[in-house]
Amino acid sequence: MYAQLVQSEGGKSRAEMTPREIAFQERIDRGEKIEPKEWMPEGYRKTLIRQMGQHAHSEIVGQLPEGNWITRAPTLERKAILLAKVQDEAGHGLYLYSAAETLGVSRDELMEMLHSGKMKYSSIFNYPTLTWADMGAVGWLVDGAAIMNQVPLQRTSYGPYSRAMIRICKEESFHQRQGYDIMMKMCAGTPEQKAMAQDALNRFWYPSLMMFGPSDKDSVHSAQSMAWKIKMNTNDELRQKFVDQTVPQAKYLGLTVPDENLRWNEEKGGHDFSEPDWAEFFEVIAGNGPCNAERLGARVKAWDDGAWFRDGLMAHAGKQEERRAALRLAAE
Amino acid sequence: MSSEWPLWEIFIRGQHGLNHRHVGSLHAPDAEMAIRNARDVYTRRNEGVSIWAVKSNDIVASSPSEKGPLFEPSNSKVYRHPTFFDIPDEVGHM
Repeated sequence: MYAQLVQSEGGKSRAEMTPREIAFQERIDRGEKIEPKEWMPEGYRKTLIRQMGQHAHSEIVGQLPEGNWITRAPTLERKAILLAKVQDEAGHGLYLYSAAETLGVSRDELMEMLHSGKMKYSSIFNYPTLTWADMGAVGWLVDGAAIMNQVPLQRTSYGPYSRAMIRICKEESFHQRQGYDIMMKMCAGTPEQKAMAQDALNRFWYPSLMMFGPSDKDSVHSAQSMAWKIKMNTNDELRQKFVDQTVPQAKYLGLTVPDENLRWNEEKGGHDFSEPDWAEFFEVIAGNGPCNAERLGARVKAWDDGAWFRDGLMAHAGKQEERRAALRLAAE
Repeated sequence: MSSEWPLWEIFIRGQHGLNHRHVGSLHAPDAEMAIRNARDVYTRRNEGVSIWAVKSNDIVASSPSEKGPLFEPSNSKVYRHPTFFDIPDEVGHM
């Protein structure tokens, strides 16, 4: 999940709601989409900005761990594919920023909140990508976990968010498949290559499980967000689904999921598995993960270094506009 | 913080001769860059054969609060739909 620990505003009981808020909730319950200029509770607007902002930032920061391998890809074909995937992530970030902007926040404000640390991005991107096999693990596991979350979000109540998710989901399955394809190749390779794939799975397994956020019993914001349909499933539901889907895929590769408690539970019709280390998760969210400083530093540097370029293009556009105005005047 | 690039709404005509359809928005300093950026953001998979970019500020939209007065009048005019008229089976396809 690209949005973790999104704080939800509101949480009113029906008796506390104004007639307007009740009518709004009823529209959502009927499955109607809420569109930008329509009335909405302030808490709905603020929670959405937080969630969509975090989602967009995750797409953009998510380019960095993979960008690391573009120049080191083993073949020209792999390089072209990885480049296309990273470009998609940029596109996904842009769809989501635009959708968030319809709620009255500006792009510059969103950027400022990312750079100042006021808004977060997914914890997963604070882990390093050490070998080429990590490109496989990221596509397979990280994009796989993201898809788990994004597919139901296509039905979210906010129109622009829903439409952005539909576009993103269409493109995302290529990402997961290219990752799995890398893993298949590595696992069919030399013992060293297969060991590299196993090592990547070992390092990315628990951070991927963390992507869904803490257990529902500790997640205080879920209920309101689910009533508003900006969160469609609980964190535990999605995590369970992810594990059940991924375990057979690991088996096919001949890799071992690094969890000795992992076993099929016939009764519940799903796997039992170990929880990730939540203390580590909160450390990473608090900014103390292995790559937090590097990731945020790279974003801030790109923004600062690009300022002259953004300003230059604006100045050029202004001059062109003046020139056109002068020509129009002369023609009259 | 410097001045933000203006927002543009992007419309794409798909392959099959349909109308240009709104696909989303983006920021660009001018019209030329809006088209270039739209190509990269919205047509990475051959989604279109033509792009329109319109400054968001130039779009005039109906207001959600006028929804009733604007659209309700057509609700009562069901005879505008062909299914309003019963044509006997013997008449054949019409």
